[in-house]
Amino acid sequence: MEKPLTGNIQPDRKPLDITEYEKAGGYQALRIALGKSPSDIQKIIKDSNLKGRGGAGFPTGQKWSFVPMGRDARRPKYLVVNADEMEPGTFKDRLLLEGDPNLVIEGAIISAYAVEAEVVYVFLRWAYKTASSRIEKAIAQAYEKKYLGKNILGSDYNLQMYLHNSAGRYMCGEEDGLLDALEGKRAIPRSKPPYPQTCGLWGKPTVVNNVETLANIPYIIKKGPESFKRLSLTEEGGTKLYGVSGRVNNPGLWELPLGTPMGEILHKYAEGMREGYRFRGVLPGGASTDFLTEEHFDVKMDFTNLQKAGSRLGTGTMIVLDDQTCPVGMVYNLEKFFARESCGWCTPCREGLPWIAETLEAIENGQGRPEDLDLLEEHTGLLGMGHTFCALAPGAMEPLQSALRIFREDFEKHISQHRCPWRQ
Amino acid sequence: MLTERVKKEIQQELSKYAQKRAAGPEALKIVQSHRGWISDENLSDVARFLDMTDEELDSVATCYNLIFRKPVGRHVILICDSVTCWMMGYENLFNHLQQKLGITFGQTTSDGRFTLLPISCLGACDKAPAMMIDDTLYMELDTSKLDEIIEKYE
Repeated sequence: MEKPLTGNIQPDRKPLDITEYEKAGGYQALRIALGKSPSDIQKIIKDSNLKGRGGAGFPTGQKWSFVPMGRDARRPKYLVVNADEMEPGTFKDRLLLEGDPNLVIEGAIISAYAVEAEVVYVFLRWAYKTASSRIEKAIAQAYEKKYLGKNILGSDYNLQMYLHNSAGRYMCGEEDGLLDALEGKRAIPRSKPPYPQTCGLWGKPTVVNNVETLANIPYIIKKGPESFKRLSLTEEGGTKLYGVSGRVNNPGLWELPLGTPMGEILHKYAEGMREGYRFRGVLPGGASTDFLTEEHFDVKMDFTNLQKAGSRLGTGTMIVLDDQTCPVGMVYNLEKFFARESCGWCTPCREGLPWIAETLEAIENGQGRPEDLDLLEEHTGLLGMGHTFCALAPGAMEPLQSALRIFREDFEKHISQHRCPWRQ
Repeated sequence: MLTERVKKEIQQELSKYAQKRAAGPEALKIVQSHRGWISDENLSDVARFLDMTDEELDSVATCYNLIFRKPVGRHVILICDSVTCWMMGYENLFNHLQQKLGITFGQTTSDGRFTLLPISCLGACDKAPAMMIDDTLYMELDTSKLDEIIEKYE
């Protein structure tokens, strides 16, 4: 199987430097792209059906198409690489940033060309120290080789690229929060519309794309949209980095055809549950997705099918809940995280999340009341989509609402027994 | 007062951005890398350098997890308390660290060696539990490994 994302990555080996990357076919896609017009590139990406790999799954070509083009567009235009990976349970972009930094940079350059951007910022998670030095090196070498700077490869296209090491906050992964952080402000969401494509960084047209999304671009340009579409098992096209963490035999990350069934990833690649542990449920795409159970093992993991199953593909990195871990404790841990990372901008999130976390803490510690479950359920609506500025609180409600349904008995036991059955 | 060296480092950052204040987070990190934390005095100095008010810059400083507005020890232990690490043994590690160092979250050992802080997911979930000390990531931890690592820091 062709691997557009991880073809150059070998475990326990340093990433290819720029010369090795070129020998492996690197930067050919950029040459091809510069021979076409930006609108041609946009059309190719649209035809490939590529959907954003950051979590929301918005079609990349369509996202780019909202950027004002041509002479009348306000400039400079910006492209931002969202490398602020911080969704609990998610470790996929780290692999690409550390394992093939040149691929990420090439993808960003081509994408910047497609929207006629003049400046790229790589917005990197502060904790990713190894990635930071490797990306910095990849950018410097791209300048040396004339893939960045003025008149790229003899064309009339100019592009500057900067690395921004974040100071750390979950909100920075949210598109608007990220732009605020880049502008040197507190990371808070903005009211939409206008969308960043027309009014983003310093009020200028801006596209924000996830690392894994951009890493797909060189392959699509080189091999064409039809080849990309053929890589997936379902209609959505391409491959996906799938990960598994928790008490499985082989936690890890694999590039597989998009639409690989959940059970296959859990059994064949993660090699099933560790001895002595039983599977109880899984968050299929990071902390802000709904729990699924054994009955969903046949679900093909793509955007459409997981949505039909009542959850989301999210980041594609699964967190497995085993029978010796308390589901109430797990949900409490998740909600405590969301409460801590809430930026405090809008009331439902600022007030609601700590309230929810405290209620869950009380239940976990045996001080819950039967009516608490109704209260929690009510809040999953009050903090749901449409009540807040951004997706943080609605995302936080996804594991809670599904846990209240799937693990109802466990919640009730905590309350009736006045203790957590998993603790001594 | 900002030293010439710090000013020069901040100046370099300014060239990346369309507006001066955009360099705020990085400027704070630069000062912190020299001084360990951001005192009120340092905050004012940076604010003046970036043509911001103290309040504007403090609103930035207090937003981000890795800007320290209180003194910290020579080394900062950031222990991941997010979901996978929690499942894979975070509580044990945390209890062990608390006992060993005699401090809890937000505190610094009396000899000024360590400050202990919780941190959200470090993106090392396949090798949980994880923590960082200063800039170094440690994975697949247990209490005995933790003891060995701690010894390495003066």
